[in-house]
Amino acid sequence: MSDAFTIGFLTSVLAAAMVSGAAILYAALGEVLAERSGVLNLGVEGMMLMGALGGFAVCYWTGSAELGVLGAIGVGSLMATIHAVLTVSFRANQVVSGLALTIFGGGLSAYLGAGLVGEPAPDRFSRLDIPLLGDLPGIGNILFNQNALVYLAYIVVPLLWWFIYRTRPGLNLRAVGESPATADAMGLDIVRLRYRYVILGGAFAGLGGGVISLATNPGWSENVTAGRGWIAVALVIFGTWNPARVAAGAFLFGAVEAGQFRLQGINVPVSSFFLNMLPYLFTIVVLVFSTPSTSRLRIGQPAALGQPYVREER
Amino acid sequence: MNAPSLASPPPSTGGWKLERVSRPSPTAQVLVPVFSILAALTVGCLIMWAAGENPFTVYRTMFDGAFGSSYQRSETLVKTIPLLLTGLGVSVAFRMQLWNIGAEGQFYFGAIFATWVALYGLPDAGPWVVIPGMMVAGMVGGALWAAIPGVLRGYAGVNETITSLMLNYVAILFASWLVHGPWKNPVGFGFPGTVVFAPATYLPTWGTTRVHLGLAFGLVAAVLLFFVLQRTRWGYEIAVTGHSERVARYAGMATARNIVVVMLVSGALAGLAGMSELAGIGHSLQRELSPGYGYTAIIVAWLGRLNPFGIILVAFLLASLLVGGEQIQLSLGLPSAIAPMLQGVILFFLLGGDLLTRYRVVRITAAGAAS
Repeated sequence: MSDAFTIGFLTSVLAAAMVSGAAILYAALGEVLAERSGVLNLGVEGMMLMGALGGFAVCYWTGSAELGVLGAIGVGSLMATIHAVLTVSFRANQVVSGLALTIFGGGLSAYLGAGLVGEPAPDRFSRLDIPLLGDLPGIGNILFNQNALVYLAYIVVPLLWWFIYRTRPGLNLRAVGESPATADAMGLDIVRLRYRYVILGGAFAGLGGGVISLATNPGWSENVTAGRGWIAVALVIFGTWNPARVAAGAFLFGAVEAGQFRLQGINVPVSSFFLNMLPYLFTIVVLVFSTPSTSRLRIGQPAALGQPYVREER
Repeated sequence: MNAPSLASPPPSTGGWKLERVSRPSPTAQVLVPVFSILAALTVGCLIMWAAGENPFTVYRTMFDGAFGSSYQRSETLVKTIPLLLTGLGVSVAFRMQLWNIGAEGQFYFGAIFATWVALYGLPDAGPWVVIPGMMVAGMVGGALWAAIPGVLRGYAGVNETITSLMLNYVAILFASWLVHGPWKNPVGFGFPGTVVFAPATYLPTWGTTRVHLGLAFGLVAAVLLFFVLQRTRWGYEIAVTGHSERVARYAGMATARNIVVVMLVSGALAGLAGMSELAGIGHSLQRELSPGYGYTAIIVAWLGRLNPFGIILVAFLLASLLVGGEQIQLSLGLPSAIAPMLQGVILFFLLGGDLLTRYRVVRITAAGAAS
């Protein structure tokens, strides 16, 4: 193997990592918002699947991938609304409600999408080379020769970080997740805020699904997310509920996923079944090392995560 | 428009409020699941109608597919077996608020271990040796696979929901590797799968149907579990830990050890499900051994109120939904995914309706707040 081949290989893996990571990134950012407000939503996988289907279906009917993105976001928000109604208004168990959302989303997307399996995509997000920046050696190819949905992430991540840590509504969001009773006493409407961020989280998860069906592998097939929604949930813990760290983690996962595909391409003497296991095994390893008792990363998890808030019972 | 707000304070005069009840009412405990199923079927109607189908034809076909003839009823019983065993396994963990959603992977590892016994461990043994051998291997396989998230959660506090789910993908990929590679049937015409097992490994069946001894495994497991959970110190510790892990620790219970043991039992039941599906139905290890029983198990457990006898009933009901789902695929050409979709909706209504088992609606009189 020549040096040129290795460097070329590395840049191609890292460039692919940005795209693969973007789907997981959006879903994880959405989960950060929901969990910051105190609501655990394990339905990310189901919301992503429905988002992927909604995005592709709109794109298929209208011929526009941009409208498809709106479809993905809309469908994701609708899915999350179910979770918000059940957990916030009906005080249901958040874990089970999220699992139900994942099972429902998997079934509904397979049912409604049956006619779209294998249909060609009329439009997709393809690479846009940014002039000058895209010509930078190495970095240019990795960061600035991507599709629009990846560029959008460059704006969304710092914006969310700024929102959560530097603005008044962001402070309110954190307060609701840390101590709803205090936030209630401050005059915040807990119910309304939780609804808002759970639904916004669903919009992000839908967008993550849309990245898959409109950019990385355009089209629809049953269960196309293949567990990425769950990886996103793990990433939130790894990223200590901080959008910047979550973004770094998503890039890492994107690299594992992309590297795994590239290794299959160059015929390494390891069965593809084992290479396919890598993202899942990596998730477990990452979780072990980012768990409070093993790493002292106490900061992060909202104190009221998973608990319904009932004013009369606080 | 504001979001509907049940948690906001009630108006001071007139109106209604929710009041927590100390003990869930038994009537509500039964009525809520029944109404959840009915409401879910109604929503299913709307979804199918919106998708351009005639929902009544679909339901009719599903019902006939599940109960229409004695053969069909026996097929529903066949599907009840894996749902019952995995549902029981999931319920033990859920009772402790331990969210083991890895039953699918534990099912496959049970099947993998049992396959090893059938093909390589005891290839020439008679049924009285090989079947118990496969049962033990299946339970050990499932338990070991569940032990990974169990130990990580018990001793390191790692979130078991995500680890157990991730291991499902790993287990299925591992099984796929086995049946495409080292364990592949050399004369399988290129189809991935092991060779067909010797007849000595076949579980006895009931008459001419495919209903096999696994049903007895499930029923016995349900009864055993009921007594263990209700009558033993260990069952009590599970209940306390499920209520509050902190209380359990202060009371001197070995919570970490209990977590691991519960995961072992939970995984063993899922592994036994994999073994019985293999020895009763599949007779060779294949990638398609489970159409997602381990995920449906979550719904079986919750809908059965984590009660072993409730789970028997619900496993049968959801099995009829699965068999009915296959029927609409066969005779109407519709995707069988209608079944998991309906399962999800049932669970939504159950979760929403649970509010009525934990709270009661009280009228607030003008004279003063109902306390």
